Parts: sequence; C-alpha cells; structure tokens
Amino acid sequence: MKMKFSIYRYNPDTDKKPRMQDYELEIEEGSDMMVLDALLALKDQDPTLSFRRSCREGVCGSDGVNMNGKNGLACITPLSDLKGSKVVIRPLPGLPVIRDLVVDMAQFYRQYEKVRPYLINNDEPPAREHLQSPKDRAKLDGLYECILCACCSTSCPSFWWNPDKFVGPSGLLQAYRFLIDSRDTETQSRLADLDDAYSVFRCRGIMNCVDVCPKGLNPTQAIGHIRSMLLQQGV
Amino acid sequence: MVTSATSLGRSGLHDWIIQRVTAVVLAAYVIYLTGFLFSADAIEYNVWRSLFGQVWFKIFSLLAIASICFHAWIGMWIVSTDYIKPTGLRMVFQVFVILFCLACLIWGAQILWSV
Ligand code: SF4
Ligand code: SF4
Ligand code: FES
Repeated sequence: MKMKFSIYRYNPDTDKKPRMQDYELEIEEGSDMMVLDALLALKDQDPTLSFRRSCREGVCGSDGVNMNGKNGLACITPLSDLKGSKVVIRPLPGLPVIRDLVVDMAQFYRQYEKVRPYLINNDEPPAREHLQSPKDRAKLDGLYECILCACCSTSCPSFWWNPDKFVGPSGLLQAYRFLIDSRDTETQSRLADLDDAYSVFRCRGIMNCVDVCPKGLNPTQAIGHIRSMLLQQGV
Repeated sequence: MVTSATSLGRSGLHDWIIQRVTAVVLAAYVIYLTGFLFSADAIEYNVWRSLFGQVWFKIFSLLAIASICFHAWIGMWIVSTDYIKPTGLRMVFQVFVILFCLACLIWGAQILWSV
C-alpha cells in the first residue's frame, strides 16, 4: 500500500519561505507503523529532511510534531490513527522554526524556568531526607509525569498570542506540582509570582492542552487548582 | 511579575473576581427585568416610570450599568492584549474603551436620576 505524506520543509539559510513537500512510502498491506518510523524511512529517501527524536518510545519528549492538525509525539502515534488520504506533518505551531520539523523551544523553556521547577525547602535540613506521607506523595500523580514535549503549550491559543507572558499549560502543570508538594516551603512566594493578569489568568479554559497531552495529563485541572489557591489566599 | 497598567484590577485574581461578580449582577438584572416584562399587564409609561421611580431599582440599574462597564473594560483589555500587537494602537484602543465605559456610566447615572 502506498501512503502519501505532505511534510513542512523550511531551511532559513536557503529558502525564502516554507513549503510543503510530498512524499510516498510503501507500507506492507495490513501492517502499521508509528509516524516516527515513517519519518525515518522518508529520511532514507531524502536525507535533508530534519526532525528531532531520541527515545522512540514516548519518554524523552523530543519528537512533538503536528500531525494532521493535532499535536502529538510521532513515536507513539500509529499511522492508522491518522485519518484521511494524506498524512500532513508540520512543526509544533507557534514556535520559531529552526529547520523543517525542528522548532526553537527557548520560549517554552523560559516559561518553565519562571515557575522555579525544583523543590525549595528553607527549613533546617533533615538528617537524611525530606519525608513525605504516601497521601501527600499521591498528590503529585498526574503532575510529575510531564515530559516537557510542548505539545500542550503549542496547541494553546493563549500561548500563541502571549508566549512571553502566559506561562502556558506545561509550565503551569509544573508550577502546581511544586505548589502542592508538602515538602516545599515557598508556596506563598510561588503564588505571588503567578498573580498577574497573564501568567495564570490568560488561560481561557479552551482545553486544547488536555486534548493533545500524549501522557494523558490534565493541565486545565492543575490551572484550576492554582486559581483556587490564589483565591483562598486573596479573599 | 508582568505588569499591566491599563487593566482594571491590580492583579490577575482581582480582574478575575470582578469579571465573575459583574457577570452575576448582570444575570440577576436580566432575569429580574425579563420577569418584570412578562408579569406586567401592559408596558406603558406609568408602569415603566413607577419601576424606575423606586430608589432601589435605580441603584440596581446603576449597578448593572457599572457591571457592564467593568466587565467590558476587563474583557476588551484582554482581547486587545491578545490581538493588537503595536503598542501605540493598543494603547489608543484601551484608552478609548476605558473612556467610553466611564462616559456610559456617568451618562447612565444621569438618566436614571432624572426620572
Ligand atoms: S485550557 Fe488553558 S492552558 Fe489549556 S489550552 Fe486552553 S487556554 Fe491553554
Ligand atoms: S503536559 Fe503533556 S503535553 Fe504538556 S509538556 Fe507535559 S507531557 Fe507534554
Ligand atoms: S522520540 Fe522520545 S518521545 Fe518520541
């Protein structure tokens, strides 16, 4: 079976503007493969095709791309999941393109840095380690699993319009992960950092983030929790 | 922290609460007015005048007008910061919205208390 692909190509050094290039791949009848494997096969045909990948099993978060209009990880998206006669692959929307499917993630990481994504504990250091009850540990489930693939933030219109000011779903999920951690003592200052008109409140509950997260996480819910924490503190 | 000089509230939370409270006031006003329109036998000058002649209804109406103004101020501020990128244009738009809202508020008060 011949499968058709249309892939976004752009090399800023030589191209004036981006273009879509058509490819064809022979796939054995009745078999399936992941989009990443298809991309690798296409790269054999055309070595100039560029994209990122590493773990090829949905762990590293480096191959987030837009497939038939929806963000996801190429390595865990089977071709059979993509409807239509042609598979259209583009880079993650809203970020500057470095080349083909490779985007510049600097803006995304800057927002991640802003939320101080590490444990801060100003108490006397314990002899061995900071202990946490299983109940408190359970609060981190659904938060710590984020692999920073940026599929969510780059599908969020609020992040497209204000990527420099709105922290975005991924960063906010991380922010909540440390806000709710029983061992963290900086809850107040973390909340104070988020209480401006953009950082959290630019989320308009569009829920694109939830729709695309390849790890099945729910940033919208985390954002709702942050909002309640701000509310409890501010009223 | 990101600053926002032309927003109504001083913080994201502040704007968010104002947006919710004004929405509730507006909903209450619309529901009351709809109920009144359906329950009145005839809507004529005297009925209308006696409704707006009561002080509590003037206050309620003024609150509703104020709610529209503040709701619009916050809403339009958000829309402008999403979609209008040139600073000058954004500023002109925001100032226009703010002045327009305040003008409506004053004019509304003047109309209500002239009844
Ligand atoms: S729910 Fe919020 S963060 Fe998620 S896509 Fe929508 S606006 Fe963005
Ligand atoms: S929340 Fe999900 S989509 Fe967003 S960066 Fe983390 S793993 Fe990726
Ligand atoms: S290659 Fe690592 S997540 Fe896809």
